[in-house]
Amino acid sequence: MRGLIYFGIMFAAIAIVGVYQSWNVAFAILNLCLISGVMALGVNIQWGYAGLFNVGIMGFSALGGATAMLIATKPVGEAWSAGGVGVMLSGLIIAATVAIIIFVRRYLSGTLRVWITAGLIIAGYFTARLLFDPATDLIERVNPAQSGFLGGLGLPIILAWAVGGVIAAGAAWVVGKVALGLRSDYLAIATLGISEIIIAMLKNEDWLTRGVKNVAGLPRPVPYEVNLVQAPWFQQLAASWGGDVQNAASITVKLSYAGLILIVLAILMWLSERAIKSPWGRMMRAIRDNRDAASAMGKNVTARHLQVFILGSAVCGIAGAMLTTLDGQFTPTSYIPLRYTFLIWVMVILGGSGNNWGAVLGGFVIWFVWIQAEPVGLALMSGLTGFLPEGNVVREHMVEAAPHMRLFLMGLILLVVMRYAPRGLLPERR
Amino acid sequence: MTEILNALVLFTNFVILPGATYGAQLALGALGVTLIYGILRFANFAHGDLMAFGAAGTIGAVLLFQAIGISIAPLPTAIIALPFGILLACALALLTDKWVYRFYRKQRAAPVVFTIVSVGVMFMYNGLTRFTIGPDDRQFGDGERFIIKARAFKEMTGLSEGLAIRTSQVITLVIAVIVVVALFRFLNKSRTGKAMRAYSDNEDLALLSGINPDRVVMVAWLIAASLAAIAGTLYGLDKSYKPFVFAQLLLPIFASAVVGGIGQPIGAIAGGFIIAFSEVTVTYAYKKVAFYLGFESDSLLQLLSVEYKFAISFVILVVVLLIRPTGIFKGRVL
Repeated sequence: MRGLIYFGIMFAAIAIVGVYQSWNVAFAILNLCLISGVMALGVNIQWGYAGLFNVGIMGFSALGGATAMLIATKPVGEAWSAGGVGVMLSGLIIAATVAIIIFVRRYLSGTLRVWITAGLIIAGYFTARLLFDPATDLIERVNPAQSGFLGGLGLPIILAWAVGGVIAAGAAWVVGKVALGLRSDYLAIATLGISEIIIAMLKNEDWLTRGVKNVAGLPRPVPYEVNLVQAPWFQQLAASWGGDVQNAASITVKLSYAGLILIVLAILMWLSERAIKSPWGRMMRAIRDNRDAASAMGKNVTARHLQVFILGSAVCGIAGAMLTTLDGQFTPTSYIPLRYTFLIWVMVILGGSGNNWGAVLGGFVIWFVWIQAEPVGLALMSGLTGFLPEGNVVREHMVEAAPHMRLFLMGLILLVVMRYAPRGLLPERR
Repeated sequence: MTEILNALVLFTNFVILPGATYGAQLALGALGVTLIYGILRFANFAHGDLMAFGAAGTIGAVLLFQAIGISIAPLPTAIIALPFGILLACALALLTDKWVYRFYRKQRAAPVVFTIVSVGVMFMYNGLTRFTIGPDDRQFGDGERFIIKARAFKEMTGLSEGLAIRTSQVITLVIAVIVVVALFRFLNKSRTGKAMRAYSDNEDLALLSGINPDRVVMVAWLIAASLAAIAGTLYGLDKSYKPFVFAQLLLPIFASAVVGGIGQPIGAIAGGFIIAFSEVTVTYAYKKVAFYLGFESDSLLQLLSVEYKFAISFVILVVVLLIRPTGIFKGRVL
């Protein structure tokens, strides 16, 4: 009931933006609200269900985004023939090294095992580099202004929404294996580290992602505005709505995105609700609330944590893939922890940790506030400093610095919620 | 012989000096994190932004001094401005404790609650810093930039490689040594310092023997904030000041604290230098050094490109976690 009211208020707020600013802006906000909702859902699966403190959300969403780019862009044939073999071979060498290490570790023990493992890692690394460096050099030299990378698979981008989740899940498995046996703060530091490494790779492995040169013009799962405007049936439709055809086209495109994302959100939501109400969900909460007791009851705490960590990260990966699809371009430099990790945390805490609907609501509210804080803050600052003369140093500074206040506001929201309503807007049902 | 000397000078110039400077900066940061962990028992995510705020305070004072014409040339004005940065950081830390952390301390909240709260504090500090000083890149090191210039060194020694010693590097090392010595004297000799160590070792026993917990916590914040302001200023002086850089320093700082043994001041220092030297030695391109030692090579002889320096802190962190979770100096397990 409470949830219904809150969501009602939320949609009303978006509608107000539609009426007073423009429907284009309103639907752009709605789309990102939906994606934020999915991300918050992923974090809620980890934090709300199992009490895992993951601050590497940025890394998992970025992996999803990179996957979307790699699935959708056309392969660059020239680059493949220039360095494809070299890259493949070095990949094989790394795979072989890993296989040998696993094999060796099974049959050795003690100090010898440590030294041989270290030796094999070093040998494998250098052999791989021997082939890898010249190959990537050649790839990056192929038409660097337009491509300079291997390109992708040229498949429909919608496929990447699933594959992105799988890739993020794979990364989560690796991180979880290392860090989950230990207590909460180590997981936080480890995930913080892995997300920075993922971003560093996406920025610097130009042969794979074009690095900081970005990949723009990703194919869309929905029609293009230009085509809509030219289609006679759409012109008729737009005329029947009244108003400008151009505007109608861009709203239609945004609405189609919203529909697609909503379908994904609905599916994930249904699965999450099923999961938390099942015996599995009760077990997870039991582990969260008292891991020693759960462990004494024969539950494998580490394995369950790994499971839930992978699931939550996969959801974040899906959200990241959708975000890149919506943007139509892949820009590694846009991934910053405040926006992609800590903001999501504010969403989950505000919405209500442990409650899926709450997390999604938090995603909506925080994204809305995050976007609207900028114009509102600017207006507020202009109003507050209005008594000062035009061109006054203090006034200029205040107005210029107003956008930064939204970070302050986010911190304030998090602290107020943690203190006065630690269970969030929609508390967990017990 | 000159070839070997050339290689040595090159190595000192690009690995040893920068490594030592960066190590000192990390160590000062990690000392703050480890101290807060020892006393308040949580990983403080806001520490990076506290560093940024302290450095911003120093920069503000530098601008003020420059405007009214106070300077201590050839040394950078930042040295006399530093106390103002420290004062501001201390004030901010105490206010934060009073308004935010104290509530959870009284409740005896779980460490993870403190950590989440510190994320909120991080947001607020970040907004505050950007609001006051703006997000732009700033160079605030004035005075003489070099103690020895590369060219002067070449003329002096007749070697073909120059050694450039920057003022900021020497200042960093000197201030770090002074601060660390003072801190250890305080922790080992003074009454309050001993109380803090006792509180960190065993809270209940310390409370039983009449140690005032509020005082211990207050002193811990004062020290951590001062260290943060100093580390932030030195880092900004040495590289350049960008508010968002300090959030990225969080990972190497945490890694330093954990590697050394969390809650152990001496470990934080060792950890800082281990992380710094690993980063610098692994990302340095050894091509020229090898050339002087008689190996010609086409490749750069670089183990890992500089952008992956985070990966190094991370790998060291993981290895320590797997082999010795308590860190080198037997700290706590988080």
